[in-house]
Amino acid sequence: MADHGMKLTLKIWRQKGPKDAGKLVDYPVTDVSPDMSFLEMLDVLNEQLVMKGEEPVAFDHDCREGICGMCSLYINGRAHGPQTGITTCQLHMRSFNDGDTIYIEPWRAEAFPVIKDLVVDRSAFDRIIQAGGYISVNTGAAQDANCLPVNKKDADAAFSAAMCIGCGACVATCKNASAMLFVSAKVSQLALLPQGRIEAEERVLNMVQQMDVEGFGNCTNTGACEVECPKGISLQNIARLNREYLSAALMSEK
Amino acid sequence: MCALNSKIPVGPVDKKWTDYKDHALLVNPSNKRSIDVIVIGSGLAGASAAASLAEMGYAVKCFCFQDSPRRAHSIAAQGGINAAKNYKNDGDSTYRLFYDTIKGGDYRAREANVHRLAEVSAAIIDQCVAQGVPFAREYGGLLDNRSFGGTQVQRTFYAAGQTGQQLLLGAYSALSKEISKGSVKMYNRHEMMDVVNVNGKTRGVIVRNLVTGKIERHGGHAVLLCTGGYGNVFFLSTNAMGCNVSAAWKAHKRGAYFGNPCYTQIHPTCIPVSGDHQSKLTLMSESLRNDGRIWVPAKLEDAKAIQQGKKKATELAEADRDYYLERRYPAFGNLVPRDVASRAAKERCDAGHGVNATGEAVFLDYAAAFERYGHIEANKRNLVNADSATIIAMGKEVVKEKYGNLFDMYQQITGENPYEVPMKIYPAVHYTMGGLWVDYELMTTVPGLYALGEANFSDHGANRLGASALMQGLADGYFVIPYTIGNYLANDIRTGKIPTDTPEFDEAEKAVKDRISFFVNNKGTRTVDHFHKRLGKVMWDKCGMARNAKGLTEAVGEIRAIREEFWKDVRVPGSESDFNPELEKACRVADFLELAELMCLDALSREESCGGHFREEHQTEEGEAKRDDVGMAFVSAWEFAGDPGKAVLHKEELVYENIKVVQRSYK
Amino acid sequence: MSVSIVRKVAMALSGFFLLSFLLLHVSINLLSVCCPAAFDSASHFMGTFWLIQFVMQPVLAFGVVFHLVLGFILELKNRSSRPVKYAFSNAAASSTWMSRNMIITGVMVLLFLGLHFYDFWFPELNVKYMQGDMSGLVEGTDRFRYWEELHHKFQDPIRVGLYVLAFVFLGLHLMHGFQSAFQSVGFNHRRYTPIIKKLSNIYAIVVPLGFVIVAVYHFLAQ
Repeated sequence: MADHGMKLTLKIWRQKGPKDAGKLVDYPVTDVSPDMSFLEMLDVLNEQLVMKGEEPVAFDHDCREGICGMCSLYINGRAHGPQTGITTCQLHMRSFNDGDTIYIEPWRAEAFPVIKDLVVDRSAFDRIIQAGGYISVNTGAAQDANCLPVNKKDADAAFSAAMCIGCGACVATCKNASAMLFVSAKVSQLALLPQGRIEAEERVLNMVQQMDVEGFGNCTNTGACEVECPKGISLQNIARLNREYLSAALMSEK
Repeated sequence: MCALNSKIPVGPVDKKWTDYKDHALLVNPSNKRSIDVIVIGSGLAGASAAASLAEMGYAVKCFCFQDSPRRAHSIAAQGGINAAKNYKNDGDSTYRLFYDTIKGGDYRAREANVHRLAEVSAAIIDQCVAQGVPFAREYGGLLDNRSFGGTQVQRTFYAAGQTGQQLLLGAYSALSKEISKGSVKMYNRHEMMDVVNVNGKTRGVIVRNLVTGKIERHGGHAVLLCTGGYGNVFFLSTNAMGCNVSAAWKAHKRGAYFGNPCYTQIHPTCIPVSGDHQSKLTLMSESLRNDGRIWVPAKLEDAKAIQQGKKKATELAEADRDYYLERRYPAFGNLVPRDVASRAAKERCDAGHGVNATGEAVFLDYAAAFERYGHIEANKRNLVNADSATIIAMGKEVVKEKYGNLFDMYQQITGENPYEVPMKIYPAVHYTMGGLWVDYELMTTVPGLYALGEANFSDHGANRLGASALMQGLADGYFVIPYTIGNYLANDIRTGKIPTDTPEFDEAEKAVKDRISFFVNNKGTRTVDHFHKRLGKVMWDKCGMARNAKGLTEAVGEIRAIREEFWKDVRVPGSESDFNPELEKACRVADFLELAELMCLDALSREESCGGHFREEHQTEEGEAKRDDVGMAFVSAWEFAGDPGKAVLHKEELVYENIKVVQRSYK
Repeated sequence: MSVSIVRKVAMALSGFFLLSFLLLHVSINLLSVCCPAAFDSASHFMGTFWLIQFVMQPVLAFGVVFHLVLGFILELKNRSSRPVKYAFSNAAASSTWMSRNMIITGVMVLLFLGLHFYDFWFPELNVKYMQGDMSGLVEGTDRFRYWEELHHKFQDPIRVGLYVLAFVFLGLHLMHGFQSAFQSVGFNHRRYTPIIKKLSNIYAIVVPLGFVIVAVYHFLAQ
């Protein structure tokens, strides 16, 4: 395999800490197997850097099967790389050609400050969920699950929205760094279910307010988020968020 | 140390839990506010426990090493969650779920715990639905169930292939609710480095802020370890990269016994290793075995030709294929339990019949399914004279409907189109049944230190049933610990805030700091991964799917040698006061290197084959597992004694009063 | 207005209003191609009816100013949401040029409005309200002046060229704006949204094309 490996030039964003200036640094890599995942290719690079006495490239990753939402690379100008419907960890080197130059940058957004190299702080998403992305039911208080029938169509739509993995590709790819797709996915999931309707008004008002506080941009309906979302969360959710917000804001007594 | 006291309540098994709850001590709401509970880990067990305890009024601190509690590896569970709801009217009951779990665990689990698990299973579903977890539903709007893991009833609730994700996000939302109220203080990107015991009770933890490198002390009246399993000791597993044993291992070294460390579940349907660069293995849902047929070439020369790429699978005639599961287990065929299927694959590959370059893969073939579904489809559409190409094409459409996302995933990873060539699969480490020994109250042998979810040893015996891991994690967090922890904390209401400026905290913090500065200052010549990979290979070869005394003894020696070399020669770049993933790995691998030895010792001492533990010395003439229900019906609980090799074995006898112990057979 | 979604909806509602105005504008203008007399009387009606002049015209002016001011505010806010830009971005892979560049097409239309006001609106205000001539007639005749003035303006090939160019930008702006406004007010439907997107494209081509036809017709018919 080794003699058939690809040669690549990586241009990787290196940044020591949140307050340091960063820059793109070139790293040539050789013997890249097309069967490697993109992150495995970075593993190999890091092994080499450690052996050379250099600091390895920091990047977020965990499950490496596309579900935890931790990996977050902007590869050749696209969130999670050139393929659609997958996360960075699911991207394999066979998507590239021998001799390619690959730009690797962190998610860029005011609300996602860089921690180090390619690692960013996405706790803004947690704070948005904490603002209302839940149903206020305490453990033990629930009635029998089947006492609450849910129209299958709504249940399926709620599930489609709930598939969001919170990776932040929507923000990273949006020209405005807007978090509307993320927020709309949670608002939609809960708005579509009868158990979520009870707090629907408060929820949407509070979550949108928190989204704005965090410094995400405005949605201008470019639709890029939907294209780059590894889980295919639909723009319909954003429309639903707009509706939910409008009716809640109009009806709100505050 | 104390003899093992599992604190199982007296009385009939189906009354134990009710009776326990009726008499457990309670903590008055106003006192709960002044009691601090520390939760390590934010997966199903951790998030559900932290949220539930905070709702009750305890002051909770929760820690996770990921950037958000939502990333915990529970999220990757695909299949579903069992619950004895009997919504399908097919005769399910608490007893049956209890029975199936004990039997599935090869009669090595504690009856009382498993019965409690079955009892609370239904409430988990209620709780999750109330939280907005979008389970699959039928057209009437009620919840759907499927059959899973070869059970005879349909009791598995699911959300497409992402049940773990949906349940975790439900628990995460409950946790977020409590964080917003201030009743849980959440620490993301913080890793537990040690537990601190004061006067024989756990009173806090030392954690490292992974972003700044700062070492912090946190005092608490109780500490809950919800830190998952240790499958990554094998380097390659289906676990996430960050999964580790460190919290449990640190607890072990501070006095908590480690239960059944050798019980490892190997999942038969994973995508095989593609090369040395491999960092993890990906599970393909077990459901693929429902329609796929597993085979290897019957003739060695064919296998060799396929390994060298000179022959293709599709060129082999039907007679030259060995459908070994169907041959050996005609009754269950391709649907035999995970451990049986895994071992059978290994047996064929060891005999030289493997089908990829490494010789460690078998075919999972859908050709027959395409044809079968194609014929059904042709009948449906009244196509009497459809040619075989049309039939196959229609069959592929049906398969695409059912398994399209899995086929896509396979193609994404391997670059091969599974609609045209058979998939290749091989077993991989998936789940560890062993873990910290806990009593009925989920407390370890150290008072005030609890272990929940995969981190404890408790409910799955020697082998876990499909769709039971999610059930156990949530049962522990939502419905067990909220009751049992009061029984301990009720005695702590006058203790007051736990001070962290005591010699015990000083000592623990110093040990942590010393270790870290050793790593960053040790100018070794090998990377952390180098050692981890070597350890993984030893474990996989000698303490993996099949084990024997000779191999295990060798493994102990090899592990000790790797460990020694590691401490001499490891190189960790970067600084201690910085975001330093290599340092995190070094700390974790150091603990794996010790755990691995204990696993081998445990495997050596367990002179039988049961569930996820197969000793080649203990098999029937047909090569099936042979249990020893007279001599080995106990839980092995290991006490740390200064060195992993010197661990002391304690035994908790397993008594079966409600279930007749029989040998499993899938013939 | 402090909430992002409110800004977005306000942008959409003002957009809807301007869309309806454009439709009216192009319809009347097209009369100048086929039926000059009808064009003259429509123009006279629009230019002298109090409801149009003193209610609708200020509302329109407000709508235009509102839309453009808010557009600039949005753009500034959005730019500040990503202070460090990507070194390499392949935005075309996931969104259309029109959707990403509303500020450019919008500014081009705004520049055009300056020219357009200079050509038509300011002289019109001057005649009617400064000079007080509400007759709508060419001085000293009984002919309406509207068609003639229009016809006269498009003698100049440079002006015609500028107008045509501006209409291209207007079309690009509308191509995203029309369908985007529906999404902003919360309308996205599996069945109807594809139809709206088609209508959006038709509108974005037909309306500017109508203006182009008017400009080019008068230039050629000199």
